[in-house]
Amino acid sequence: MVEELLHSQAGIFNFGVFFLLAVVLLLVVLGFVTYAILAERKVMGFMQLRQGPNQVGGRWGLLQTVADVLKLLVKEDTIPKLADKPLFIIAPVIGFAPAFMVMATIPFTDKLQFADLSVGLLYYIAISGLTTIGMVTGGWASNNKYALLGGMRAAAQMISYEIPLVMSVLGIILLTGSLNLNEIVAAQENVWFILLQPVAFIVFLIASVAELNRIPFDLPESENELVAGFTTEYSGFRWAMFMLAEYVYMFAMASLTTVLFLGGWLPLFSFLDFIPGAVWFALKFTVVIFLLIWFRSTFPRIRADQLMEFGWKVLLPVALANIFLTAIIKEVMNLF
Amino acid sequence: MLRTEEMLLNVGPQHPSTHGVFRLVLKIDGEIIKEAKPVIGYLHRGTEKLAEDLQYTQIIPYTDRMDYVSAMTNNYVLCHAVETMMDIKVPERAEYLRVIAMELGRVASHLVWWGTYLLDLGATSPLLYAFREREMIINLLNELSGARLTFNYMRVGGVKWDAPEGWIEKVAEFIPYMREQLKGYHTLVTGNEIFLNRVKGIGKYTKEEAINFSLSGANLRCTGVKWDLRKNEPYSIYDRFDFDVPVQDGGDAWARYQVRLAEIEESLKILEQACEQFPAEGDILAKVPKIIKAPKGEAFVRIESPRGEIGCYIASDGKKEPYRLKFRRPSFYNLQILPKLLEGESIANLISILGAVDIILGEVDG
Repeated sequence: MVEELLHSQAGIFNFGVFFLLAVVLLLVVLGFVTYAILAERKVMGFMQLRQGPNQVGGRWGLLQTVADVLKLLVKEDTIPKLADKPLFIIAPVIGFAPAFMVMATIPFTDKLQFADLSVGLLYYIAISGLTTIGMVTGGWASNNKYALLGGMRAAAQMISYEIPLVMSVLGIILLTGSLNLNEIVAAQENVWFILLQPVAFIVFLIASVAELNRIPFDLPESENELVAGFTTEYSGFRWAMFMLAEYVYMFAMASLTTVLFLGGWLPLFSFLDFIPGAVWFALKFTVVIFLLIWFRSTFPRIRADQLMEFGWKVLLPVALANIFLTAIIKEVMNLF
Repeated sequence: MLRTEEMLLNVGPQHPSTHGVFRLVLKIDGEIIKEAKPVIGYLHRGTEKLAEDLQYTQIIPYTDRMDYVSAMTNNYVLCHAVETMMDIKVPERAEYLRVIAMELGRVASHLVWWGTYLLDLGATSPLLYAFREREMIINLLNELSGARLTFNYMRVGGVKWDAPEGWIEKVAEFIPYMREQLKGYHTLVTGNEIFLNRVKGIGKYTKEEAINFSLSGANLRCTGVKWDLRKNEPYSIYDRFDFDVPVQDGGDAWARYQVRLAEIEESLKILEQACEQFPAEGDILAKVPKIIKAPKGEAFVRIESPRGEIGCYIASDGKKEPYRLKFRRPSFYNLQILPKLLEGESIANLISILGAVDIILGEVDG
C-alpha cells in the first residue's frame, strides 16, 4: 500500500494518509514506551526483591507511567539563566526526532513497513548517529559543568561505538548482498544470522547497548559520577523528550536486532508458520528487550577510558576479522 | 594544538555519591583531576562541645549520631572510657550482649558499604540485596534496644535492656543465613569483569603511606598490616573468641573490598561463638552510683569500629560532666589521604576511591 502511495500524485488526500499513518506509528511507539518503562520497572523490581509500581492503575501499576508523564507535562518549565536559550530548547528535539525517524524503515512483518528503502540499514545507522548531536548540544547549552562533561562523553562514546556497530553488520550485508532490511529477513528463511554470524551478533549487541546509553555504558548520564550528565539542567517535558528518545531507541534497536539476527517475522520452525509474523516478531523483540533490562540490573558501569579502549582495541578488530572471515568463507563456498 | 583550560568543578555537598554532605573542589583538565580539595564540616554538630554540659549517660545518644551506620561501637567506646576511669567491672552477660550487638552492627555496616559502593559504581541491584540482610539485623537490634538506627543501648556499667526471650536463638539462626547470602554476593559481584576493572589498582597506596597517614581499619589492613584492636589489644571479651584478621596486600580498592567482605565472615564467627557461650543468666548492669562521676584525671581508650580505630579521650575534674571529651573518629583520619590519591585520576575513579574509603559524614564532621 505504501509503495503505491509513494508513487502516486502529491495531493491533500495522500498527505492526509501519510500524516495519519505517521500519527498511528507515533501512538504505537508511545504506547510501547509507556509499557516498556513499566515492564522495565517491574522486571527490575522482580530482580531486586521489590514490587515495582503497584498503586496507580490497579495492582499491576498499569497507569503509573501515564501519571509520571502527566506530572512531567505540568511541571514548571525552567531554563537556567545563563544557558544558551535557543540551543537549550532545540536540543531535546534534535535528540528525539531521529529516534522516531529510524522507526520508518523497520519491517515489523512482510507487509507492515512504512518505508521500504533499498538502503534501509544504512539509513538507520546514519540517522541514529544524529541523536548524539542533540546530547552534545544539550550538554553544551546547559552551561553546567556536569552537563558539559556528559555531553563530551556522549560524543566520545558515539565515535567509539558507531564504527564497530557498522562493521559488525557488514558481514550480514556480505551474506545477503543487500542493505534492504526486507531482503535481509528473507535471506534468513533457512537459518538465522545469529547462527551464521555469532561473532557479529555479540559485537552488535555490545555496541548497541553502548549506542543506547544503557548500563553498563550509560556514561553520558552516569548518575553517580556526573549527577545526571547532559540532562542535569533539564526538567519537565524537555527532560522527558530525552528519556523518550532513549526508550524509542530501545524499541528501534531491539527491532533492528530482531530483523538482522533473529529472522524478523519468520517463525522459529517452518511448521509453526500458522502463527502470524507479527507475533513472532513481538516474541523475539521481547526477548531482546528483556536482555537489555537484565543487563541493567546486574552490571556495574564501565569507566570512560576503558570503554574507549574496549571499543577501539577489542570490538573493532573483532568486527573487522569477522568481515574478513565471512568474505573468505563465502568465496570458498562459491567455488563448490 | 587546541588551547585547553582547566576547569573548577564543585562536587557536593549535594551529589549522589559523596555519601552525605561531603564537598570536593576539583581542578580538572578534561576528566583528569589536577588537584582535589576536600571541604568538610557541613554536618558538624559540636558533639564534643555539647558533651561538656551533659552528664555521662546523657552523652550516649549523641554518640549514636556520629557513626550512624554502626552506632553500637560508638556507644561502647564512650561507656568503655568511663568504665575505665571509674574502674567498673561489667557483668559477663552484659559483655556478651555488647559484643553481639557490636558485631551485628559491624556486619550491618559492611553491608551498607557493600551496597552503596556498588551503587556508586553503577550497579543498582546489590544495594537491595545488602539492605535485605541489613534489615534483618536492624530488626534484631530493634528487638534488643527498641531503636533501629540510633540505639542508645549501652550504659556505663552494662546495657540498658536484657535480651528478649528467644533473641539469642534468632541471632544464631541469622548466622548461617548470612553465610549463604555472602556466597550470592560473591557470585553476583566479585567475579564481574567490569567490577574488577573498576577497582583493581585504583586508589593504591603503600604500607608506609597508610601508617604515616594514620589510616586504620580496612584501609590499613588492605596494605598488609595485620592490625586489629580486637586481636592486638583485646577489650571487652574479645580474647575469648577465635577469629582471624583478614589482610590483603594490594593496597587498592579491590583489596579493601576483599578485606571488608572477609571481615563479615569473621564477625559471623565471633557471633556464632558468642551465641554458644552466652551465659544463661546474670546481671546486665553493674552496681554503679545513681549519678556517675568520673574521678579526677584523664583516660583514653580505643576500639575497633567497622571503619577503623575509634578512640575516646575523657578529661575529668571529678564532676558529673566531663571537662573535655574528644573522639578519635576513624572516618576523619581515613579521609586525609584522599587529596593525594585523587591527583591524576579521572572523575569515574574519584567515585571509586572515595567509596572504597568508606566514610560516614556524621563521623567525619563530629
